[in-house]
Parts: sequence; C-alpha cells; structure tokens
Amino acid sequence: MSDLTDLGVAAIRDGVSSGQFSAREVAEAFNANVAAAQDALNAFIVATPEKALEAADAVDAARAKGEQLGKMAGVPIGMKDLFATKGVQTTAASHILEGFVPEYESTVSANLWRAGAGMLGKLNMDQFAMGSSNETSYFGNVISPWRTSDGGNAALAPGGSSGGSSAAVAARLCPAATGTDTGGSIRQPAAFVGISGIKPTYGRCSRWGVVAFASSLDQAGPMARDVTDCAIMLEAMAGFDPKDATSLNLPVPEWAANLSDDLRGKRVGIPREYRMDGTDPEILASWDQGIEWLKDAGAEVIEVSLPHTKYALPAYYIVAPAEASSNLARYDGVRYGLRDLPQGANLQEMYAATRAAGFGEEVKRRILIGTYVLSAGFYDAYYNQAQRVRTLIARDFEQAFETCDVILAPTTPTASFALGDKVDDPLAMYLNDVFAVPASLAGLPAMSVPAGLNAQGLPLGLQLIGKAFDEQGVLNAGLAIERRAGFTARPDRWW
Amino acid sequence: MTTTTSTYRIHGATGEWEVVIGLEVHAQVTSNAKLFSGASTAFGAEPNSQVSLVDAAMPGMLPVPNRECIRQAVRTGMAIEARINRWSRFDRKNYFYADLPQGYQISQLYHPLVGEGALTIEADEKAGIPEDKTIGIERIHVEQDAGKLMHDQHPSMSYVDLNRSGVALMEIVSRPDMRSPAEAGAYVRKLRSILRYVGSCDGNMEEGSMRADVNVSVRKPGDEFGTRTETKNVNSVRFVMQTIEHEARRQVDLIEDGGTVVQETRLFDPGTGTTRSMRSKEDAHDYRYFPDPDLLPLELDDAFLAECRESLPELPDAKKRRYVEELGLSAYNAGVLTADVDSFRRFEELLEATSAKLGKGAKDVSTQVANWSLSVAPGVLNALGSEADEGHATAEAQAAILAMQSAGEISGGQAKEIYEIVLKTGREPAEIAETEGLKQQSDTGAIEAEIDKVLAANTDKVAEYRGGKDKLFGFFVGQTMKAMAGKGNPAVVNQLLKAKLDG
Repeated sequence: MSDLTDLGVAAIRDGVSSGQFSAREVAEAFNANVAAAQDALNAFIVATPEKALEAADAVDAARAKGEQLGKMAGVPIGMKDLFATKGVQTTAASHILEGFVPEYESTVSANLWRAGAGMLGKLNMDQFAMGSSNETSYFGNVISPWRTSDGGNAALAPGGSSGGSSAAVAARLCPAATGTDTGGSIRQPAAFVGISGIKPTYGRCSRWGVVAFASSLDQAGPMARDVTDCAIMLEAMAGFDPKDATSLNLPVPEWAANLSDDLRGKRVGIPREYRMDGTDPEILASWDQGIEWLKDAGAEVIEVSLPHTKYALPAYYIVAPAEASSNLARYDGVRYGLRDLPQGANLQEMYAATRAAGFGEEVKRRILIGTYVLSAGFYDAYYNQAQRVRTLIARDFEQAFETCDVILAPTTPTASFALGDKVDDPLAMYLNDVFAVPASLAGLPAMSVPAGLNAQGLPLGLQLIGKAFDEQGVLNAGLAIERRAGFTARPDRWW
Repeated sequence: MTTTTSTYRIHGATGEWEVVIGLEVHAQVTSNAKLFSGASTAFGAEPNSQVSLVDAAMPGMLPVPNRECIRQAVRTGMAIEARINRWSRFDRKNYFYADLPQGYQISQLYHPLVGEGALTIEADEKAGIPEDKTIGIERIHVEQDAGKLMHDQHPSMSYVDLNRSGVALMEIVSRPDMRSPAEAGAYVRKLRSILRYVGSCDGNMEEGSMRADVNVSVRKPGDEFGTRTETKNVNSVRFVMQTIEHEARRQVDLIEDGGTVVQETRLFDPGTGTTRSMRSKEDAHDYRYFPDPDLLPLELDDAFLAECRESLPELPDAKKRRYVEELGLSAYNAGVLTADVDSFRRFEELLEATSAKLGKGAKDVSTQVANWSLSVAPGVLNALGSEADEGHATAEAQAAILAMQSAGEISGGQAKEIYEIVLKTGREPAEIAETEGLKQQSDTGAIEAEIDKVLAANTDKVAEYRGGKDKLFGFFVGQTMKAMAGKGNPAVVNQLLKAKLDG
C-alpha cells in the first residue's frame, strides 16, 4: 500500500474517482507516513489523522452514490499552521497562540475541503512566517528529508517559512500542502527540497482566516510535486472572497486544463540585475540550463532589465516588518492565547510579560524593526521611501513585461544549508530571499520548479515570474522546464 | 465669512484675554452594522453580545468597509458643503489598550473622506453672538470606535465590553474659529441639528453617540494663537461650554502667575465643572500611523456621489429661508421651528393637516400653526406636566382644534381647554367642544339680544361713548362677553356692538 504515497494530486484524484483505490486507503497510507516521520522531521505541529479519514470517507461515500467529485477529491493534504482551522489548534508556530483553537475556518482551507481534500495535520513553519530555514518555530526545527550526497548527516534546512510544507511533500508525508508566501516563503522552501510551488497574483487567494504577517504581501499558494498538481490545487484554493477587501474579484481560470509546454511565440525575459555577485556558480549554471530548456520549448529568450532590483530586499525588510509590527499587536494576552500576568502586574506589565514570553527572537526583531521604521521622525526616511521603492520595482516589471511574457530567474542564491549555519546572522538569512522578494513587492505570480541537483546532491530551483493575473503563463513555462529537466530525484528515506 | 469678533473676554490681572476654540466632534454613524464588520450597533445590549470575530481581532480576521457608513459620512460632508474626496484611504493608528483589540484603530489621518467645509451659527444677541457667523470645518474622517472598560465589576480586575468596538464614528474637525463658550455651544447644537436632518447620527450625547474633544487656548486680542489644551470626550453642550469657561480661566490665571500652558490632554469632571490633566505631550503616544494594508483606497464613483446628494433632505438653513420667504414666518419663529428635526417635522405635519382641513394654502395658516406650535401647544403641555399623554398630541387632533378656531367656532381660550382634555384623554376635539360646551356663540340673534341687554343696563355709558369717549368700547365688549360666559365670538360681538353704538 505504501506506493500510494508516491502519487501526486492528479493521480490520487483520478485513482479515487476511477475506483482504482479508495480515498480511505490513500488517507491511511499518508497518515502512516506522517506518524512514522514525525520524530525525525518534525514537519507537523499537530497531526489530524481522523480528519483525513473523515474527509476520505465522505469522498468514498459520495463516489458510491455516484455524485460529482471535487477537484481535490480524496487528496489528503498538509495545512500550514498559519491557516485557521475550525476546532484544530492554530498557532502560526508561536508560543503566544499555543492552545488557540479557532471557531472558524480560513477561506482557503474551507475551499480545499469543499473540493474534497482532507487534512493530515497542521504543518510546522517559521514562527508567524518569519524565517527562511524553519528555525524560528516555537515547536522546534523542521528537518529537511534531504542529506548531502557525500554521506554527511548534518540536518539541513527545508527552507522557510513554509518549511513543514516543503519537508512533508518531499518526504511523501503528503502529496501536496498549502504554503504562504510573503517574501519567498513558498518558492524558497520548494526550491530547497525539489518540489514545485506557486505564489499566485496578490489577491487570488483570500487572506481571510490566515494569520497575518505582512498584509500587503501575504499570499497563499500550493506546494506539490509537480506543476500540474500545483495548477489543480491552486484552482481549488483561489477565488473571490468578499470577506477580504484585497481579494481579486475575478473568475478562477482553468489552469490545469490549459497547461501547455509549447512556448512558441512566447518571450522569456532574463533579468540582467539578477546576476549578482556571490551567487553560487552552480545556481548560475542551472539558470543557463533553464534558458536552454525554454528555448527548446519554442520560446524566444531576451535580456530584460529590472534596474531597482538591488533595493528590493531593503525595501521588503522595511515594509514587511512595519506591517507585522502592527498586525501582531493583537497578541496581547487580553482575549485569547498566552497571558502572562505576574503577581500585581498592571496592564502594561501584562503586555510586556506576555509578549516577551510569547514571541520568539526573530519575531521580536521584526516587531522592533517595524516599530522603528514607523516611528515619528523615521517614517518618511524608511517606510515612505520603501513604498516609493516598491512602486519603482512594480514599474520595472511592467516595463520588462512590455517586451517579454514571463521572466526566468533562480529561486535562491544557494541550495539548502545546514541548520544552525545562518541562525546567528540575520542578514545572511535574509539574503536567501533576494530573488524572491521583488515579485512579492510587485504582487506578481511566481513559482519555483526543480531544475536539478548540485554537486552535493541537493535540489536547485528555477523561478518563473509572470504578469499580474497570468498564472497560466507561469505554470506553462514551469511545465516546459519540468518536462525537460526530468527531475525525479527524491531524498532517500533515512527517518 | 463674517469678520465680526466676539466680545467675550476673560478679565485677567494684566488685561483682557480672548479665547480661541476648536472642536473635534465624534459622531457615531447611524448604521445597523459596524464600520468593518457585520456586527450590530444597537445601544444598551448585554456586554460582548454584539462582537464579531473581526471586532475581537481574532487571528486572520480582516476588515471590509461598510458602504452605508461611508455613504452617511459623505452625505454629512455634502450637508456642510464640504469637498468630498473621491479618493481617500484608511490608516492605522497604533497603540496598546485593553479596549482596543487590534492594537490599532483604523482611522484616516493622511487622506480623509471629507475635506474643507463650513457651517453657520445664528446670531444670538443675548448669548453675545451679534450676527450670523461661519465656522470653518477642516475635515471629516471616519474611524472605528474602541470598546469600553468596566472597572466596577470585580474587586481586582477590569472587564472589557467590546460591543462598541468597531462602531463607525465620524470625526468632524472644526477650524479654531470660535471665540466664546456660546459660539461653541451654538456650533455643537447646529452640527447636531444637521446630523439629525441628514440622518447620519442620532446626536444623542447622553448615550455617547456624539462627544467632543475641546481645544482651548487664550491670547491677548490680536496676538498669535497661544498653546492649546485638548479636553477629551465631553458629552453635552453644557459641559462643552463649562470646559471652555474653566479652561480659559485656568490658562489665564496660569499665564498671569508666570507659568506657561503646556500642550496636553485633559479630562472634564462634570461633578466640579473643572478639567484636570490626563497626559502631557511628553508622554503622548507615537501612534505610528501608516496606511492600512488590509484595505484598498476608497474610490467613490459618480453614481455613488449622485445618490448621496439626491438623498439629502432640505437642510436647516434652506428650510429656515423657505419658512420666511414662502410661509411668511418671522425669522425668529422660522429659526426655532427648524432648529431640530423633531420640531420641524411636527410643524410641517400639523401645517399640512390644518391646511387640508381648512382647504387653505399653507401660507394662509402658517402663522396660526407656528404660534400654536411654538407657544400655545408647548404651554398647555408644560402646564399639564405628567397628566399629559403626548401620544394624544396627534397632528390630526391639533389640526381639528386649529380649524375650529379658524372658523370662529371656538375661541383661543377654548382651544387651549380642548387641547388640555385631548392630552389627558385622547378624546375627539369636536366631541369635546360639543359635550363640554366649549364653543363660542356666533349666532347674531343671540349676541344681539345680549348686547341689547348690556346697552339697556348702561344707558349712561352709552351716552358717554356716543359723546366721544371711544375708549368705552372695550367696556361694552367686556360686558357682552361676560354676559355670554366668554362664549361669544369676539369678532361678531365687535361688529354688532359697533353697528349698534354707532348706528
């Protein structure tokens, strides 16, 4: 039965609907993998095998009655712990929300359940989605299922913030998982573990019920084994939501049905400014390889310029913490979550004690940065300036897309690194997202697809950035690379 | 804009001081639902019974603007002839307090919904307002209200009631154009009247639907503005005026004693009529305002603005002008009748009913209806006190009384008596007039008979009158009315007496 866990979203859905196997068999198989890997990988904060079975049984019953099955029918998935799930603890991997059980279901997760998906559990992540290595979770690090091919057994970073999602999909604990991407949190972990992940256009997926990090950047998306699975799952997740004022009021296209790796007539832009000093030569080589694959698919490849790229990371690390410092003010110990009320403490002292105990170091760092850049006297120099940069970056892309249809770039400047390597050097950690952040600031759809392995046997990803609302162009270019890369590598099971 | 300056002065040891006043009025928007959530806004509900997930700032909850609240604020802006900003934006004002679940208030600092406008306060000689004065309004923005802390429910803990959390407020910010407590009082009353006309706020200060932050400074006439203090959350017109009186005197005394006024936030104590310091500028919050990233800028289209404008009712100033020009009322009466929604509604209803009953134009009965509405009816009501049931004070009943009076069937005194009975019992005016004998005699035969008796009994006076003592006419009228127990129609009595005496 264990071979069922080698299947992806499309294969499971089709197998269930054709009666090759039952949804319950699938759920049981993945439940077993989740349980077996928990101690070694720590990918889940909470496992919910009963939820997975319940959803599977509903799908099997619906099929038995001959009912129409949903896009995700019989597919058990992992849910990043940033999504509120009714009746199931939702913590954003923080101590301050430990034990918090929402009375409501996020729009995205509700959409998935409606499409027939089931929940294997809540996935570990960087605390409040702040981190690039999954080392900021209150519930411990997530360990990448990958190890270097030289026989080393150092624990590697699964990427972040959706590190539980990436590890779980790569290790076959789930065929797909939700992620959220604020400045690369879907793409970077996907690249680190050799899977696909797409951040759609800002506004495609409702933010309602997703614990907020930086509202103007946060966007949910799927992480799965291939491009087709991403397309199917994104269709199930996306859609206009009147409860989110920034939600796009557009119909959800049929991305999966319209997938094509025929790029004839398409132009692919190669941004000159992404050839940065210090970028791993193997990354650059995989980028060149990607160019060849896209040419092979019929695309014309041209150089484009995104002149403000070097300001993207600094601007991001002003805008995102500024919004976070305000978004996280609600965790104050008054209404829910952790409350630390020392004997005789007044209100201010309760806030201080609660937040000191409830937030991790990285979260505190970003709250401090955000508070600082919004303070009187600094606001114009930092926040306003960063917003202006953001406008310029969006304009860079607009101009580039006058001459090309999709942009190809590396996802990350390096492959995965050992846990602990960068934990004491926040700036080095932040640099991980240098290629991911510009698309986030511009609100554009972007995805990472596996391109190959480096000399150490670790996966490398390539990033595709599209025009606003053109997820199809991104997915199609991703598919063209996927078909040519023939990436089949998977981590050997050591756990 | 008039340039007339108020003569209101604080008399200090070093001479006279002028008071400069600006008001920030917070008016709760009349709407069934809160500004960014679907929760109800009714007053007086059980604590925490009207709180949505958004109002409690649960993780992942998002604000969605309530169109009706925006519409009401735009209509209010139109009513003060303000510039409506087609593009505005919400900002977050960040601070921690237990009654503020999000840890920030969604407000509008940088781009308010409504820009520059004005309203006119009316001349009031007695109050020291020599002529009409225009008070500038800088802006109106919309924002969320906070919840409420209750400190008296538990010996060592405070409770939080979030029913008001997220309720929509309009903050209406005046220019520092007022120069006396009376002007400030008139401004608040006029603003409340406009809000109630528009229907955008019920203006109920007792329930906290409207409250004012009072900015006061003093200066020697002609000098630059002094340092101001802001007294928060003053919740009646009287308290606004008291705050200004106290604050102005305090500041003058402070300066004249060699001190300086510090820019600070103060609280008004209704018990003593004084203000006290709440926090100074040094420990003022840094609110770290920035655009709320959960919300897109608010863009208003032509259709929306047109609907707002078309739905505006006739406003107080226009109505007053119409009462004077079309109904022929005095400016004073027109001003009083249009000062408040309740009073003009009662007046217009009665005017319509009376003119319908008499088959006359509104203008032909307006003076009678205005006098009745402004002095007769309130007089009767007040005299009766708790004996009166205001539910009986229908336009129908009052119009019936006015019609009888107008037709000469009853006298003014009888009208009052009938109305008294109406208010106590709810009986029909015509039936009361009949049953209680409250009708005046217009039958010329009967009146002539009485006149003949009076003239016969006073032949000496008749001779004197006819000899040129005209003043005696009143005596004959009085005697005739007395003989008829006050029920004679005075016009008929006059006419017949005149004919008999002069004839």
